[in-house]
Amino acid sequence: MAFWIASSPHNHNLNETSALMRLVIYAALPGILVQWYFFGWGNIIHISLAIITALVCEFTVLALRQKKIQPQLLDGSAILTAILLGICLPALAPWWISVIGTIFAIVIVKQLYGGLGHNLFNPAMAGYVMLLISFPLQMTSWQPPLSLMPMNVDFFHAISTIFTGFTPDGYSVEQLRTSADGFTMATPLDTLKTDLFLGLTVSESMTSPVFGDHFAVGWEWVNFAFLAGGLFLIIKKCIAWQTPVSFLFSLFICSFIAYTINPDNSASTMFHWFSGACMLGAFFILTDPVSGAASAKGRLIIGALAGLLVYLIREFGGYPDGVAFAILLCNMTAPLIDQFTRPRTYGHKRGET
Amino acid sequence: MMKSIIERISQGKFWQFHGGIHPPEQKKLTSEKPIRNIALPKQLILPLQQHIGSQGELLVTVGDKILKGQPLTKSLNPMSVPVHAPTSGIISAIKKSVIAHPSGLSELCIFIDVDGNDSWIKREICNDFKTLDKETIINKIASAGIAGMGGAGFPTHIKLSAKPEINFLIINAAECEPYITADDLLIREQSEAIIDGIKILDHLLTPAFILIGIEDNKPEAIKALQEATRNIEKIKVCILPTKYPTGGEKQLIKVLTGKEIKSGSLPINSGIIVQNIATCFAITDAVIHDIPLIRRVVTVSGKSLGKPQNIWALLGTPISYLLKQCDHTHENNNKLVVVMGGPLMGFSISNAQVPIIKTSNCILAPSAIEMPSAFSGKSNEVECIRCGQCSDVCPSQLMPQELQWSAKAKDYDQLNKLNLFDCIDCGACAYVCPSQIPLVEYYRIAKAEIRQQQLFDVKSEKAKTRFEARKIRLEKDKTARIEKHKKAAEARKAAMNNSTPEANGAKSAVAAALARVKAKKAASNNQKKSISNKEQHESNDQNHESSLKSNDNRKAKISATIAKVKAKKAQEASISKEVELNDSVTSTLKITDDKKVRIAATIAKAKAKEKEIDNKEEKVTFKSSSKNNQQKEST
Repeated sequence: MAFWIASSPHNHNLNETSALMRLVIYAALPGILVQWYFFGWGNIIHISLAIITALVCEFTVLALRQKKIQPQLLDGSAILTAILLGICLPALAPWWISVIGTIFAIVIVKQLYGGLGHNLFNPAMAGYVMLLISFPLQMTSWQPPLSLMPMNVDFFHAISTIFTGFTPDGYSVEQLRTSADGFTMATPLDTLKTDLFLGLTVSESMTSPVFGDHFAVGWEWVNFAFLAGGLFLIIKKCIAWQTPVSFLFSLFICSFIAYTINPDNSASTMFHWFSGACMLGAFFILTDPVSGAASAKGRLIIGALAGLLVYLIREFGGYPDGVAFAILLCNMTAPLIDQFTRPRTYGHKRGET
Repeated sequence: MMKSIIERISQGKFWQFHGGIHPPEQKKLTSEKPIRNIALPKQLILPLQQHIGSQGELLVTVGDKILKGQPLTKSLNPMSVPVHAPTSGIISAIKKSVIAHPSGLSELCIFIDVDGNDSWIKREICNDFKTLDKETIINKIASAGIAGMGGAGFPTHIKLSAKPEINFLIINAAECEPYITADDLLIREQSEAIIDGIKILDHLLTPAFILIGIEDNKPEAIKALQEATRNIEKIKVCILPTKYPTGGEKQLIKVLTGKEIKSGSLPINSGIIVQNIATCFAITDAVIHDIPLIRRVVTVSGKSLGKPQNIWALLGTPISYLLKQCDHTHENNNKLVVVMGGPLMGFSISNAQVPIIKTSNCILAPSAIEMPSAFSGKSNEVECIRCGQCSDVCPSQLMPQELQWSAKAKDYDQLNKLNLFDCIDCGACAYVCPSQIPLVEYYRIAKAEIRQQQLFDVKSEKAKTRFEARKIRLEKDKTARIEKHKKAAEARKAAMNNSTPEANGAKSAVAAALARVKAKKAASNNQKKSISNKEQHESNDQNHESSLKSNDNRKAKISATIAKVKAKKAQEASISKEVELNDSVTSTLKITDDKKVRIAATIAKAKAKEKEIDNKEEKVTFKSSSKNNQQKEST
């Protein structure tokens, strides 16, 4: 009979980090499925590629760092990073895009900064931004929704395009993106930006087929699915509500002000909400606790800042969408925000240490 | 202000403290059974110290026959309370034995062989405490050995002797920690006696209001209290939402009054006194029935027990005896977890001989399925992902994740800045942490190290002042000496140069001495040559010797003087240099010296510490945890 000595508390709610990660992955599934429905197999292939690359990278670095491999490899964090990156990539981008992006995200952004819990930047977004800056052509060759494409792109088409650059029938990505009337189709955000630059008004631009009946064909439903997944995570108390609420509110306010002042040159608030990576960013990436703010107040500030930045980049920046950049910029400010938003401890006056 | 608080309370509205958790309550295991009286154990082990403060002086020796209720120690100062014989018997030993303490420390204990007669010492029953003056009542409470029974064991009479104006007397019946139902059952069975105790406290403290804080998961106890206080306007039974740690002293005050106790301050400074409800019962026993604190209700619970239940346990009863009474089955051959206290703030004990003391409200013997994390042994800790769940539940509104990093980095300044010492060790953060980081353990170690560092700083500060003082003193002595020598030398010089008769005399004396030396040399030569002329030489020798001696003295004096003068010159030079060196330079020199000394001392200490780190840490942790416990009566 041996007495077992342990430090209090002796009880635990038996929650685990890996369980949290798994829950986030599950919550992303509806979004991935909708994406598959509207855009085909491309992203699922990229997600798979990214997961394999992430696991190989994680294994290699953990082995080099002489860490316990099995628990850390399977804690889900690397897989989650890979999934988020895979979701963000253009569906028919070449295979090495997701491989290089994942290697950068896992090896450099995550592990070289000290591994899980120590990375300053969100690995998926840092990987995405690296790709966007380094390979602008591949990273902006967005595939239009299947319904708008002149030819059918099934699984084999997608896989062949990703690995060889051409469909089995010999079409390139560029040709796939060309609509029946000879225009290259871009994402709704991109289309709007180009049209406004060309001097069209928003309502004129909105006649383009990529916008569909509501805001953006396909994209609106993808965003909606990520919103649903995000709400599930909030209900499960897996992510803090402050960040996404503050982010969406901030984006809403910014776009609302612009829309009221100048409706001809400003997209509607709901267009901002339901296009691009808005909901994915709000609920799945900005809420990454490692690179975000720690206190409730800090999260509100980070969310508002990110919303403002996304709006500014979309409206005035060189890129059509700004979620990734906004999030990286917010990651940078997080430590400083943490410093100034510590809650008042019981029995202390505000501002008193 | 106070009126509005009471109004709110009457409406059943309360404030909230930040955070808190809802762990599985598991109170049903024991809450439906009456408190059981058990047969006397064969042996009782009474630690001399069962409370915060110092132990009393022994009144008995080995072999003494003692009666139930007889005091065994005498309190020597206000912070100590006596212990009494829980039953009659013979003292078989007084020696060190393992006590109820996280470190498994051994302390002086009285071993009593129980004779089974349970015969009382003579008692004086007092039916109306109002006939006694306040001082007598407080003395009765003090000599009955009553210390807070909620967990910390702060001597009760100290809280009662304070004289500021008391707005609120808060009776802590929250019992927020899972499994524990000792207070619940005591209230149900002894509500009248408890109310008597509260009346005694009312008589002593005359507070404006008396608030009984009780969580809403004890409906029967609430009913009993409401029944017993029906006709007392002053007492309000406050039914609080169940949340851990409502029973923490600071949290309870916040919930009931909306006030926060300033960090580092005591509730009494805000006109609030908190007493545990079991303490009220003990007060009734002591003041009215003249029964000292010799027994208490202990919840013996957990799923490795066949019959979990509440027991009236005599102080000093070994835990093994209580476990046996509750059909303890030992399912796992290698591991046995027995926790004294609740699952969140209790400590695991290392020996089944550990006795029940005044503050032991629960013995927990969980099964491995019930509390897997307590059995896992190895830590499942993974990296913090800053999810912030810990800061969401922290009742002190700290940032446990930041504290954890600073604790691991041993950044004590940052820990102080993050208010580590406002942590009440409640364990809510570690309970929810998905990375399963033993946060409280890190904080305890850091707290202990900071306390040690502070002690060391005080010591080194003292040493530094001593050293500085010595340096100044030496410097002073030195200058005084130099001054003196300078004067003396000048005087001599003056004397030599003046052609006064004395100076001439001195010169001629020197000349004479030189002559004598020459003569002596010659004489000694002669001596060697003419040994035959002994007698003559003897007289000569004597002369010579005396002159030689004086000659030597002179020589020595002169050379010494020359040396002194040289030294003086050198010193003068160095002094002038030193004077030129301004204070800052010297002080930096001093500082670097101090640093070196300090570094060396630290290294030496660290080495010494490493050796006995376990003991020390545990000891300091005891202090800290008991201090924290004090804030957290009866969670």
